[in-house]
Amino acid sequence: MGGSLLKPAILIGIVYVILKFVVPNIPGSAPLPSSLIFLYLMLTTTGIVIFATLSGESKDAFWNPIQRFMTGENIGGLQALRYAVLIVFPLLVGWQTYGSTATSDAPPAENRTIHPAPPGEYTGLSNPVAKTPENIMQGKGFYAAFCSPCHGGKFDGKGPAARGFNPPPANFSDPTTIAMLQESYLFWRIKKGGVGLPIEGMPWKSAMPRWEVELPDEWIWKIILGEYDGAHQSPRTWE
Amino acid sequence: MMHQRGFIQRLVRCVAESPAAFAAIGAFMGLLSLPDLSMAADSGGGAGAVAYRDVPVIGSRNLVWVIAQLHLLLAGFVLGVPIFAWLCEVVGWKSGEKRYDKLAKEFTKLLSSAYSTTALFGGILLFLLIGAYPKLMAYLSDIFFPSFMVYCALFLLETATLYMYWYGWDAMSEGRSKVFHLFLGFMLNVFAFFIMIIPNSWATFQASPVVIAEGSDMARAWAATWNPTWWPVNIHRLIANVVLGGYICGAYAGIRYLSARGPEEREHYDWMGYVGNFIGVFGLLPLPFAGYWLMREIYQYNQQMGITLMGGFLSWLFILQAMLIGVLFLGSNYYFWLGITHRIPGSELKYRRPMLAMLIILLLCLGVWMTPHSLVASLEEARKMGGTHHPLLGVFGVMSAKMTVSNLMILVTFMSFIMYWRAGKEDTATWAKLAKAVMGGVLVIAGLVVVVLGVWGYFVPAIVRINYFSTSQVLIVIFVMLTITPLTALLLKSAKTTTEMVWGKMPPRAGYSLVLNAIMVILLMTLMGYARSSSRVHWHVYGVMRDSSQYAFSPALGYAAALMAANTFFFCMIVAFIFWVATMGDKAKGGKDGHGKDEMGHGALPAMAGGSPTLDKQS
Ligand code: HEC
Repeated sequence: MGGSLLKPAILIGIVYVILKFVVPNIPGSAPLPSSLIFLYLMLTTTGIVIFATLSGESKDAFWNPIQRFMTGENIGGLQALRYAVLIVFPLLVGWQTYGSTATSDAPPAENRTIHPAPPGEYTGLSNPVAKTPENIMQGKGFYAAFCSPCHGGKFDGKGPAARGFNPPPANFSDPTTIAMLQESYLFWRIKKGGVGLPIEGMPWKSAMPRWEVELPDEWIWKIILGEYDGAHQSPRTWE
Repeated sequence: MMHQRGFIQRLVRCVAESPAAFAAIGAFMGLLSLPDLSMAADSGGGAGAVAYRDVPVIGSRNLVWVIAQLHLLLAGFVLGVPIFAWLCEVVGWKSGEKRYDKLAKEFTKLLSSAYSTTALFGGILLFLLIGAYPKLMAYLSDIFFPSFMVYCALFLLETATLYMYWYGWDAMSEGRSKVFHLFLGFMLNVFAFFIMIIPNSWATFQASPVVIAEGSDMARAWAATWNPTWWPVNIHRLIANVVLGGYICGAYAGIRYLSARGPEEREHYDWMGYVGNFIGVFGLLPLPFAGYWLMREIYQYNQQMGITLMGGFLSWLFILQAMLIGVLFLGSNYYFWLGITHRIPGSELKYRRPMLAMLIILLLCLGVWMTPHSLVASLEEARKMGGTHHPLLGVFGVMSAKMTVSNLMILVTFMSFIMYWRAGKEDTATWAKLAKAVMGGVLVIAGLVVVVLGVWGYFVPAIVRINYFSTSQVLIVIFVMLTITPLTALLLKSAKTTTEMVWGKMPPRAGYSLVLNAIMVILLMTLMGYARSSSRVHWHVYGVMRDSSQYAFSPALGYAAALMAANTFFFCMIVAFIFWVATMGDKAKGGKDGHGKDEMGHGALPAMAGGSPTLDKQS
């Protein structure tokens, strides 16, 4: 079959290899979930089809071999291959369908909402504690005592007790956690912890403790100051 | 086939002409809605007064959902089309090119035929709301009564203007009366704009209410109208309506193109499809900015609602949104590129490389845009990643990345258009080299700055990113458009055309891609409609009036997606029906010109039945 089909096939293969074997081996990386790999492969395929059908000639070069293979006459030895495809392809579809609907012992995929909406009574709050060096110092002290075992002395979520928790303790130095949130949001999360997560926060198995029992509000506000300062982030504000 | 179609047409005409048949159909419809008589009523707390009524089987909320969405889509079309129909008319009048006038008239034909259906659905929606949500409607009427009155008055004016505009088209085609006709078109748009923003105030009030206890009725209504999300929604909808109108007209042209018999029709609808797609793209470019502003206002108005939308359970909608917009961007660019390779003979080789480059950039951007922050992963996969958050690709999940790639995609699409515009022409100006170097430089630098700002955005406080970085990115893109467009126009003024554009040579897939684009836009509107009203969660009026009906829960995403798909389907069917009825006359006329099928050879077959422009008889 023509070279215009071979190139796309090779391209898809390369992209797959990169996603499956190269990206996970970059330091600090991890294997990609199959949903993501599928997404990227779909994009690649779309691109190939778009590019191949831009002009009449390129479309013919791309499509004619396929058409001839599927419907043409006198294709010699390929005839057997055609029948093989016609048999194997439906079987593959069936297998895939079966695999995705059959009951299995794997737990269902999790689409945890990491930042669910806070309850209304917390949304308007602002930090009553002044942002002074002493308060920040004090906050960092509380943090070291109560939070660092999980969230890490470097605010990176890699405390000595962190391993084994799923979901893992939040990494505060990552720009996608506390840097996106307002102080009042943190206040709510720290006060109410994992058990205080609303419905969207399922599957509700966060190990984040509910600190309202141990810590007075003022301490929590101070910890928030210390946390932002230590993680070199600043809270979301509107001014 | 022909026979059958003739029968349906006769039936429709017969029904339209005979009052008896009309009444019979009415009675039939009435029968269909009989179950309504047994509607359950529910007095949600109020002393004796009914707060909610239900509709059996489908449920009142779902019914309101479907009707409201259909009304809104129709309204979007009806308010979007006059904008560019009128612009087209102006262009035709100024340039003296008759084809623009003809096109404007064709747009207006679609508009006037869809208009009454829009009003009809508005009426149904109103009855449903009064019936199913009496308490809420009483509350809203209490606040908005003054604007209800204004709305009715505007509707009268709009209808009268539209009648004069449409039926007076041919009568007012020359000299001073043409100027008056243009004025009518202008007023049509003015009324349409106010007709849009008044209901917007009701809907945005529900999301971000401003309630004042004191003052006159007028003062209360005014305060409620001017609520924090009113203008962001107004702007967003205005632009989105143009996009919707453009793509739907494009799809209409696409289908007419696919079914065209003969070169003339083919040329006309090819061109109309091009204009429709152009209008759609033109509106699409500023739309993300408008959307971003709206989101920002919502977030600032209420953190809870902002997080529900962007981080909470509705955030998955934005991944779907990215997918749909992605297809839309790809589809629109694809259509431009097809246009270059097919309408400008011999240009294929020259533009293949740039097209490939653009395609790759678009796909990379899309890959980033579609990567969710928290991923769908099995337990095992999540464990390997240490959470549902990929340590490396997780950075693509946040606004800074999304804003950057959407800006880049807008730039690429804009360049596709410029390339299309310049294709087949050769610059003669002495300063052409310099101009091109400047344009290239502006483009490259702008692209780099957008990326740099995007990356830098991760390292600054959110407010700096939102207020300065994101706005700068937008300003840069606008700056690029404002420098390159006039420069290109100037260059082209003196350029000589090496290859004339030929219309009517597009392959069938061009027509199908126009249809696909329209469907994507409709799906997008149904999706975002759901997002907008679900962000209020269990409130009728956010924080003021709670939804205490049995339907106060937020529907699950899969369930909502099914309804969105159904709404899209219904809308397409309604529009197809309206257009079919509206253009029945054209086809009948076309048929009378009467060349037999065999005289015209293969070219006379519609493209979707295997006909092809290359088979048109050269004459
Ligand atoms: C037992 C381990 C543990 C301890 C101790 C702990 N946390 Fe957590 N924390 C977690 C886990 C696990 C998560 C992530 C899951 C979640 O969001 O609930 C988390 C999440 C958070 C979040 C939410 C971040 C986000 O992006 O939404 C904040 C804020 C937080 N912790 C603050 C603190 C503070 C402050 C302390 C100390 C007072 C503390 N945590 C102590 C385990 C812990």
